Amino acid sequence: MLLKILSKSDLPDAVERLGQRYRIIAPMLHEGQTVFKELLPGDAPDMEYRTTPLPPKKALLPPREELIQLQSTNGESRLEPVLDVQPAVLLGVHTCDLHAIGLLDKVFTEGVPDQHYINRRRLTKIISLECLEPCSEHSFCKSMGTLAVPESFDLHLTDLGSDYAVEIGSKAGLNLLWKFFTIRDAGDDDYARLNKAMSEKWSRFNYRLDIDATELPGLMSLNYADELWEELGQQCLSCGACNLVCPTCFCFDVQDEIDVDLRSGVRTRVWDSCQLARFALVAGGHNFRIRRGDRLRHRFMRKGKYIQEMYDRPGCVGCGRCAQACPVDIKPLDVFNRLAAGHVNQSEMKKEAIV
Amino acid sequence: MSAVPSLGLTNSSVYMPQLLEIVDVRVMSAQEKLFTIELPFSTSLMHKPGQFLEVSIFGLGEAPISISSSPSRSVHAFELCVRCAGMLTRAVHQCEPGDRIGIRGPFGRGFPIERFKGKDILFAPGGLGLAPLRSLIWEVLDDRNNFGQVTILYGARNPSELLFRDELDEWAVRDDVELYVTVDNPDADWSGNVGVITTLFSNLRVSPRNTVAVTCGPPVMYRFVLMELLGKGIPEGNIWLSLERRMKCGVGKCGHCQIDHIYTCQEGPAFSYAEIRHLEEALR
Repeated sequence: MLLKILSKSDLPDAVERLGQRYRIIAPMLHEGQTVFKELLPGDAPDMEYRTTPLPPKKALLPPREELIQLQSTNGESRLEPVLDVQPAVLLGVHTCDLHAIGLLDKVFTEGVPDQHYINRRRLTKIISLECLEPCSEHSFCKSMGTLAVPESFDLHLTDLGSDYAVEIGSKAGLNLLWKFFTIRDAGDDDYARLNKAMSEKWSRFNYRLDIDATELPGLMSLNYADELWEELGQQCLSCGACNLVCPTCFCFDVQDEIDVDLRSGVRTRVWDSCQLARFALVAGGHNFRIRRGDRLRHRFMRKGKYIQEMYDRPGCVGCGRCAQACPVDIKPLDVFNRLAAGHVNQSEMKKEAIV
Repeated sequence: MSAVPSLGLTNSSVYMPQLLEIVDVRVMSAQEKLFTIELPFSTSLMHKPGQFLEVSIFGLGEAPISISSSPSRSVHAFELCVRCAGMLTRAVHQCEPGDRIGIRGPFGRGFPIERFKGKDILFAPGGLGLAPLRSLIWEVLDDRNNFGQVTILYGARNPSELLFRDELDEWAVRDDVELYVTVDNPDADWSGNVGVITTLFSNLRVSPRNTVAVTCGPPVMYRFVLMELLGKGIPEGNIWLSLERRMKCGVGKCGHCQIDHIYTCQEGPAFSYAEIRHLEEALR
C-alpha cells in the first residue's frame, strides 16, 4: 500500500484549490444536519459527520436528471441527449456508500451501458473516508461486509487525529494528490498509527445480523411465503421513504416536462419507489403488486436476495438510513433477524428430525 | 477510475428515440388501431417476433408496445397495434399519416423461432395478445414448409373486439392453417364458438412431443390456458408465453418490469413455461 500523509490543517487549502477545477460535493452542515451538498467558495466540509439523511448517490444519480432535450423550430422537432460534462469531486464518502456506488457502477455499465450515468461517473473522482466509529443505532455495515473499503475510490482518507492517512486508489487519484494537495510520504510511525487506528476500529463495531450475510439470499428464499410480509404490509404506509434514502435503490421513472411555449421540453429520469402503488401497474389496469405486503416483500427480496443474485454485490449495505426514515419503524435489521430466528428454529427442528 | 469499465465519454444515449413517420393508420376495433411506421433509408427493423419497442410522444412520455408485424414483412416499414389505454396511447391514436413518433428498440428477447422448426405450432392468443403473436404467426406462415401443423385458437371478449379480421378470414380459408375463434359475449350476428378460449381446447388433438404452444393474453388468462396445454402433455419447455410488465426503460435499468430476480425487458418478454414456473411473481 502506497501511503501518504495529509495534515488536517492542509485540507481546507486543498479543497479550495480543487474547487477551482471541480464541482465539489461533500458532507456539510446545513440546517442542523450534515448533508451531501455542493461546496461553494468558503464552505467547509464536515469530515467528522456520522451519517447523512440521503446518501451521496444523488451526486451520481440525481433525484431528477435530464436525459433528452426537445427543441422545435418551425414545426421541426430536434431531440438531443443531455450528458453531464462537469468534472466533480465527491468528498467524504463512507465505506457503506462506496459499496453502494460500486453496485450502481455495475447496474449502469453492465448489459446496455447507460451513458448518462457513465459520463457523470467518469467525470467524478471519489475521495472516501474510513469509518472509525459506528454512525447510528440502525447501522449494521460490519455484518453486511461493507465496513471495509472497496477498491472503487480514487483517494481514501483515514483520520489519524491531526493528520489523514491517504491511500491512492487510482491514477486519477494520484493526479489529484500531486496537483491539489500538500502531502508528505508516510514514515514507519505513520504506518503504525494507521495500524493502531484500524485495529481499534474493528472492535468498536458489532456483528448485528444473527446470520452471516452470505446466508441472507437463502434465508429470503425460504421465507418468501412468510406471514411477516403481510404483517409488515399492514403497518407500512407505502410512502417510499425507505427507497428515497437508500444508497442502493436505483429504480427510476421517466417523465416529460414541456415548457409553456410547447416548443421545448425535457425528458427526465426521476427516482421512483417500488413501494408506491403504481410502480408495477400496466396500461390495461393490472397491478402486479397490488398489496402493500407484496411491495414491501419485493423491496426486502431485492435488498436481501435479488440484487446479490443479479449483480454479485450486496443489495443492502447496512447503512440503516431506511430504519431511521421509516415513519412506522420497519427496520431491515429487525426483519432479517426475525426471519433468521425462525430459520434457526427450523434448522434445529431439522437436526432433531435427522437425529 | 477503477470501478467503471473504460467506456469512453460519449454523446449518444440509449434513451434517445428516433422520430419516425407514420405512413398508415387502420382502425382495428373501438379501442385498437394499427399503425404502419416507415423506417428511414429502406432499412429493416431487424427484430424477432415477441420483441417490443418504446414508443413516445414528447411531452406525454413513453410506453412499451409489442411489434405486430413479422420480420418477414418489416422491410422499409413495421406495424404496431396500439390499444388506447392511457394518456400516451390516446395521443398516439390521434396521430395521422405524416405525423412522426418517437421509437426506441427493438428490445427484449423474442421467441426462439429457430427452435420451433419442424414442429407443430399451436397459437393461443387472447384479446390484444394477438398483436405480438401476429408477428410470429406470419413469420411461421412465410416459412411454412419449415413447420408442421399450424393451429390458431383465438379468443376475444366480443365479436367487435376481434383484431386483424381480414387476416383471420385469410387464415380461415388457408388449408395449411387451422383457425378456431371464440368470443365470450356473442352478438346477434355471431355464428361462431361461444365461450372463453379454454373451451376451444376440448376437441383439439395435438401430438404433445412435437408441439410448440405459444400464448399471449391478459394475465388472468394464463393460468387457465397453461392448465389446458399442460393437460395435453405439451412439455413445459415447449410452452411459450409473453409476459406483460411495465417495461419503462427497455434496457434493464429502471426496475419496473422486475419479476423476482429478473428483468422482463432483458430476459423476456418471451419466456418458456419451464423458465418461469419457479418464479413466484411470474403468473400473478
